[in-house]
Amino acid sequence: MRVLDPAGPAAAAIANLWWVMFALSVIIFAGVMATLGIGIWGRRDGPKGRREQVGRHLVLIGGALVPAVVILGLIVYNTYISVDLEEPATASVLTVSVRANQWWWHVHYPDHDITSANEIHIPAGRSVTFEFTSDDVIHAFWVPQLQGKRDLMPDHVGHFWLQADEPGTYRGLCAEFCGMQHAKMQFLVIAHEPEAFRAWLEERKAPGPDLTDEEAIRGKEVFSEYGCGNCHAVGGTEATGELGPDLTTLASRRELGAGTLPNTRDHLAAWILNSQEFKRGNRMPPMPMPDEDLQDLLAYLETLR
Amino acid sequence: MTTSVLKPYEARRSATGRLAALTAVNHKTIGLRWIVTAFAFFIAAGLLALTMVTQLSRAGLGLLSAEIYNQFFTMHGITMMFYFAVPIMLGLGLYFVPLMIGARAVVFPRLNAFAYWVYLFSGVGLWIALFLGRAPDAGWFSYTPLAGPNYSPGINVDLYALSIAFLEASNLAAAVILIITILKMRAPGMSINRMPVFVWSILIASLMIVFAMPSLMLATTMLALDRIVGTAFFRIPAGGTSFLWQHLFWFFGHPEVYIVAIPAFGMVSTLLPPFSRRRLVGYLPVVLSQVLIGIISFGLWVHHMFAGELSVLAMTFFAAASMSIAIPSGTQVFAWISTIWMGEKPRVKTAYLWAVGFIPMFVIGGITGIMVAAPPFDWQVHDSHFVTAHFHYVLIGGAVFPMMGMLTYWFPKMTGRLLDETLGRWSFWLAFTGFNVAFFTLHYTGLRGMPRRVHTYMGGQGWSTPMTVTWLGALLLGAGFAVTLINVLKSLARGERAGANPWEAGSLEWAVSSPPPAHNFDAIPAVNSRMPLWYDVAEGSERRGGYELPEQERLTVGTSTLDGEPEQRLLVAGPAIEPLLLAVAGAVALYGALISLWLVPVGALIGFIAIVLWNWPGRNRAKEQG
Repeated sequence: MRVLDPAGPAAAAIANLWWVMFALSVIIFAGVMATLGIGIWGRRDGPKGRREQVGRHLVLIGGALVPAVVILGLIVYNTYISVDLEEPATASVLTVSVRANQWWWHVHYPDHDITSANEIHIPAGRSVTFEFTSDDVIHAFWVPQLQGKRDLMPDHVGHFWLQADEPGTYRGLCAEFCGMQHAKMQFLVIAHEPEAFRAWLEERKAPGPDLTDEEAIRGKEVFSEYGCGNCHAVGGTEATGELGPDLTTLASRRELGAGTLPNTRDHLAAWILNSQEFKRGNRMPPMPMPDEDLQDLLAYLETLR
Repeated sequence: MTTSVLKPYEARRSATGRLAALTAVNHKTIGLRWIVTAFAFFIAAGLLALTMVTQLSRAGLGLLSAEIYNQFFTMHGITMMFYFAVPIMLGLGLYFVPLMIGARAVVFPRLNAFAYWVYLFSGVGLWIALFLGRAPDAGWFSYTPLAGPNYSPGINVDLYALSIAFLEASNLAAAVILIITILKMRAPGMSINRMPVFVWSILIASLMIVFAMPSLMLATTMLALDRIVGTAFFRIPAGGTSFLWQHLFWFFGHPEVYIVAIPAFGMVSTLLPPFSRRRLVGYLPVVLSQVLIGIISFGLWVHHMFAGELSVLAMTFFAAASMSIAIPSGTQVFAWISTIWMGEKPRVKTAYLWAVGFIPMFVIGGITGIMVAAPPFDWQVHDSHFVTAHFHYVLIGGAVFPMMGMLTYWFPKMTGRLLDETLGRWSFWLAFTGFNVAFFTLHYTGLRGMPRRVHTYMGGQGWSTPMTVTWLGALLLGAGFAVTLINVLKSLARGERAGANPWEAGSLEWAVSSPPPAHNFDAIPAVNSRMPLWYDVAEGSERRGGYELPEQERLTVGTSTLDGEPEQRLLVAGPAIEPLLLAVAGAVALYGALISLWLVPVGALIGFIAIVLWNWPGRNRAKEQG
């Protein structure tokens, strides 16, 4: 029950609001149904005046007064939570910049100059602020266990925060209909212990080791032969395309195609040969190639951590 | 007992000749067309829904491709909201309001015919597109820039923009007709506080249409211009904004759901009294509540945009306004419960079951509505299936259930035959059970994090099992509605014959035969109470008078707006071809724009000719024909 299984302070505050409203709902519904039941099946042969008297007061007390009181209370509680959620729970230690595209997520850490896609790493136990925008249509960023959702609009830069209390992996998804493959635009938020997070940052910032494997060296040539760099950037190389996800950290990611497939060698091979089979309409054309080239390319891609 | 005062009149046909079907303007003929067409769209959109829920019943099912699924969910929303929900209310209003207020006609019969043709053409146009695989696919709400020319380059969204703009003309015309008919054609003595609650609800909904629809007409016209001509209202690189569409759409979109719901409330207020043998408790609070809901509903629209970038102040204002609508809604719910409470032991007929079954459904839908009106909670459940569950509770439970009850209640009046009671009960219980199984479960699925408008999903997220449950419930719900369809077809052929007032109800439509004669009332009745057939005509009383009018012309009585004092005799237009011609002209101009912009002036020219003929002096003198 993702919404009701909060893993951070924002989602927890919202889950509390839910439980309060749910309890009130059960009481109100039971009350209304009891009244209806008495209305239909209750004894009508008792003292006439009594039943009439109660019936006459039902409309204004049950219908107007009780709702007014309940709603007033809810508005006050709701305003309190809304104001509380405006500011991050703790001082923010990280900013992440997310740009939504049809149908993938561009992720950038401005403080560390790391670029990635479809996977966001954060330290656990501290708030992380986000800058949001879209490169095309309206999308929405939603990680149910951590925070409410926010629309990402192309003509606006929005701000947002979330916090994961414990290390873990949290599913995120696009929650505003954005075209054909809206259903396959997911992402992951992975929270680490603070030291582990620092280590993760260092690994990503370190320049890639010189390629020693022959297959991988040929694979890098295959990569430029097939023009992959026109769409996909790889840090530290001439590949600077921004039309598709940045591949600098591809091998360290858990999923492919914004949550379409798990990131394994076989899935990656199938995706490269014909991603349209798995996510029709996505912007990557089929790339048929002889198996030798494919194997070399995969060896190269496996070095991109 | 109640019909002895009316002189027998010869039934007159409304239109004669080979073109009778194309020139008919009688409000009952046109009203019945609205109703039947709306039900046809209901069935079609319902079949789309069953297909979609089958696709979603397990993870990764590929019955429908992403493109087709997106057309399906878009067309389901468009058809249900624009081609079923509002038209069925307008149709029932156009048929029954004159009967309930003691009038012989609506105030602009030819405009009524025009409105119907436009509705038919625009709906058929969209459905042909679906069969060709070119239906709109950006959602019924069609957010830009997705729906703009850059991201939806095909003809699909063009058809949306043009069809909806066309349809709005139809709805506005029908609304204007209903407003003026209700204000000026009520029977003498029917002051505004003696009007049936259903008539009030149609009046309020029609006024809301007049204020809300222009916003949508503007938005869809601007979208059409952006797409076809190259303007920049919503195209961001050229200076447009994405928020503008949302504001314009939802300024219409929120009142739209109350335009559907308020007549449904009027229906419940009409259905409970006859079966409880007690007039409605709290006529004044109920009417005032409907008025208040109509007004407040214009101040809520931003609650559809809580996930956008808004200040806490703005969100709190719209949250408070959204929640406050529970007060007039709750007042009505308790007025209904109180009516049952203070009435006799209920006579449980099918129509009554639908009205009573509505109460728990509407309360649940209203409660989840209060929940999503709280912005922090909405940030979690917006665009998840929790919201889908909420609005289906208020739309199916809160509007379709009363409408099914009203269909059952008024079927004998329209056709002269009663619907079968046994089939009726089967239909209700199948629908009630199936609906709750399907949609209560959907709240849970939404809280498990399932988003809306997805054509498929990965397994392992805990969504497959509840979606299978929802699928089974939907099948039951569909079966329930199918039983009513069978009931209708069977009863049309072999149903028990109905007299003028099979339910012993109190409003004026039950004073005439079933079905009514073309001219409704031989003599326009004079009215002295809110339930004329219960209170005006006591045993042996001679208080009921009537206003007779010359037979040679089509005439009815016009009365003053508030007090219902007779003021004038009104001529009623007879059959004419111009409404159809004008509707065709509109279709040529709008749909023709997709073929060539030169067709727009061609359509305008045909329209000009039609309007000139329409108004030509003496051409449609309201004289009796044949």
